[in-house]
Amino acid sequence: MKEQVAVIGVGQTKHQATRGDVSMAGLVREAATRALADAGMTWADIDAVVVGKAPDFFEGVMMPELYLADALGAAGKPLFRVHTAGSVGGSTAIVAAQLVQAGIHERVLTVAFEKQSESEAMWALSLPIPFQPPLHAGAGGYFAPHVRSYMDRSGAPDHIGILVALKDRQNALKNPYAHLHEHDISFDSIKDSMMLWDPIRYAETCPSSDGACAMVLGSEAVAQRASKPVAWVHGTAMRSEPTMSADRDTVLPRGGSDCAAAVYAEAGISDPRGQIDCVEMYVPFSWFEPMWLENLGFASSGDGWRMVEEGATQLDGDLPVNMSGGVLSSNPIGASGMLRFAEAALQVRGMAGEHQVEGARTALGHAYGGGSQFFAMWVVGADKR
Amino acid sequence: MVRDIAVIAVAQMPNVRAETALNEVEMLMPVLAEVRARAGLTQSDIGFTCSGSTDYLSGQAFSFVSTLDGVGPWPPIQESHVEMDGAWALYEAWVKLQLGEIDTALVYCYGKSAPGPLHEVLSRQLDPYHVAPLWPDAISLAALQAKALIDAGKATEADFAAVAARSRKSALDNPNAQLAWDRPVADILAKDPIVDPLRIDDCPPITDGACAVILAAETRARELCSRPAWIRGIDHRIEPMALGARDLTVSASTAMAAEKAGLHGGAVDVAELHAPFSSQELILRDALGLGNQVDVNPSGGALAANPVMVAGLTRIGEVAQRIMDGSASRGVAHATSGPCLQQNLVCVLEGEGE
Amino acid sequence: MAEIALPASLQDVELVRSVRTPARLDYVYTAGAATTRFLKGIGQGKILGERAPGGKVYVPSRGADPQLGVATSEQVEVAHVGTVTSFCIVNVAFYGQGMEIPYTSALILLDGADLPIMHLIQECPVEDVHIGMRVEAVWVDDADLAPTLESIRHFRPNGEPDRPVVQPGAGVTW
Repeated sequence: MKEQVAVIGVGQTKHQATRGDVSMAGLVREAATRALADAGMTWADIDAVVVGKAPDFFEGVMMPELYLADALGAAGKPLFRVHTAGSVGGSTAIVAAQLVQAGIHERVLTVAFEKQSESEAMWALSLPIPFQPPLHAGAGGYFAPHVRSYMDRSGAPDHIGILVALKDRQNALKNPYAHLHEHDISFDSIKDSMMLWDPIRYAETCPSSDGACAMVLGSEAVAQRASKPVAWVHGTAMRSEPTMSADRDTVLPRGGSDCAAAVYAEAGISDPRGQIDCVEMYVPFSWFEPMWLENLGFASSGDGWRMVEEGATQLDGDLPVNMSGGVLSSNPIGASGMLRFAEAALQVRGMAGEHQVEGARTALGHAYGGGSQFFAMWVVGADKR
Repeated sequence: MVRDIAVIAVAQMPNVRAETALNEVEMLMPVLAEVRARAGLTQSDIGFTCSGSTDYLSGQAFSFVSTLDGVGPWPPIQESHVEMDGAWALYEAWVKLQLGEIDTALVYCYGKSAPGPLHEVLSRQLDPYHVAPLWPDAISLAALQAKALIDAGKATEADFAAVAARSRKSALDNPNAQLAWDRPVADILAKDPIVDPLRIDDCPPITDGACAVILAAETRARELCSRPAWIRGIDHRIEPMALGARDLTVSASTAMAAEKAGLHGGAVDVAELHAPFSSQELILRDALGLGNQVDVNPSGGALAANPVMVAGLTRIGEVAQRIMDGSASRGVAHATSGPCLQQNLVCVLEGEGE
Repeated sequence: MAEIALPASLQDVELVRSVRTPARLDYVYTAGAATTRFLKGIGQGKILGERAPGGKVYVPSRGADPQLGVATSEQVEVAHVGTVTSFCIVNVAFYGQGMEIPYTSALILLDGADLPIMHLIQECPVEDVHIGMRVEAVWVDDADLAPTLESIRHFRPNGEPDRPVVQPGAGVTW
């Protein structure tokens, strides 16, 4: 019933704190035109457009995809807008893929973006809403106690978060599109950086970025005519769980492990650590890497930090994670999930440039959002499913 | 190969000017309970859940997140959300069902238009550089479109008033309608326009509302419902936002979506058109090629109740109800988004063996 | 930036790079029935939770059992003391917050409740806060009690011996 779908083209913007050189339209077109060029297509070739982004208060425009319809070449076509909080970039890619898998469209352009410099991202994230318990520690502070719980439960040493941040920022130096290019980053510079919400340090925290990511997804027929290698989608999955529920484990969310189990089952993965060559996962605070390694079945419960300490997740390690520099190096909130999915696709196409994992043929893209409650994942491969 | 998907249950809350006692979650829960009860399903029976809402309406970022707790998503569920009217959430669910992995889907949407200054809120949709700073309200924009119709010789103010009168009279039979009355066209025309050429009765009310629909595939639909409302075709298209870039007297995207949805493959008994302004109904009738024999907006349409983000899905629900209860054989439902009918969705529904 | 051919009359005109357009929207928020009950309780110096059909007690209740998606209504009064299940020390000011830094923000499981609330810990050095610490609510003066969350100023250690914290979840379900 499900048709094949492949990533034919990928494009992204140079991510930056403020892209003052482009409007929102300019930002999305920068990513979209690159994706179209990569796919060897023009705007006219696209059948449908699927847009994803996070809360519109970040830009101060309500439902901006309506205004961006012409900029995205969508006039006369179906235009769709997904919003699933932080996981939106990933779920948008999945919604777009489903249009091809259902045989409804042959070529779908999917774009995820955030131009959070236009409005005030911190304001939008911390907006005090009447009658709701105030976020005493702000958005980042919401996750800090959960990180502390992980450290307490696993017995992980303090420096694990530093190792992850160092790795991701060093990887970013090999990614020309990444926001942060910190040439002087070191273990000590991270360790000495200010504790924002103890146990999370400033240098272990994602930046706030303007950026966009786009992909052209195509059917089997379209993929077979592509002149460059494509990334075949082997599996997709989405799971959601409640915000406030007494049985929730915010450190190892069941939604995440259920989602991973589903995507692995569809992609024929029974041994994640053995069969997946590399991972792009959504790590906005460095401690999420060991937590997600466990949640995704790469390490057993309480041992994710050992993988980090052993260097397994380094670019030249046994299971490279966030070769692009990840969310820790670029975080246009609405786009971050799609960047993970797109970077996974670039890896199996052999087109990740300096941050390419040699011989990568199967990769996992992961996105999460909300209070660790929305999950979107896909597995892509160099070979057809 | 396209799977046959049907609407098998619909529920909505009575549309009100403002729900001041209950918050969005509390407002929505009875609607979800009712639609599941009508389908005979629990949340864990449902394969996929998709909702539509917008942050700008509620004045809260990530507003749909807290509402999800009212769905009872435990164990974790397959769920998605669109920042669009629930009609598009239904579209996403319909696509998901096509993949063949699940057989049922819950679609819901809700919106409180009362809390914020609705017309100012909607102005935030407009071009942020050239148009939004002028804060044009939705009524003025619709009036521009209505004036274009008059200037093109396609309609008169009396035509608008006739739609307004007919809609509110039909709404008398709709227990969920907010505005329902029976007054002659002359009474409507006697009032001064509020924004020339639109009068107050040509405009929709401001509404708080919620709606939910359950979709099921093939055999499952027949198991759960004696007369499912089959979705024979569904499509949506968008036009440029700029009012000067399109002919406001026609709805090209509606016509295109109707063609792609296979509307013209047969006659239609009933049409529910998401026309917040009476003038817009005339444009949509034309775009869909509806003849005079078609029963248009028997629910009263958006002129009787216009919960933003909900009115579109409600149109689909109203057509589906009439097919499920046997009073209609084939119907078309329409949903719109953006200023002056910028984006349009058309859904063709039919009873079994029609 | 894309190269655009400007007419002669605009050749020397300064380009507009950005536009600042202030926007203000005023919203009226509805507390909802469950929050109203909770806040009324606060106004009387009580902390009320609601029991979900599955038996779990939620504080503050939002009116919905997040597991079953049904309304909750059974009121349960919970204690004003609880256990710190986790916390973080905030060193950075953020929009809208006027606290003196550093301060501790903690997840506190009140006795009788099944989900922790997030609140401030004060009246103790930040380095003394630890998982398992017992704390009690510090209210505003009786004369100032009102149906608002500000009626509870913060939590402070109450000197009781630590309680073990059982984290929910059994880990990865592979």
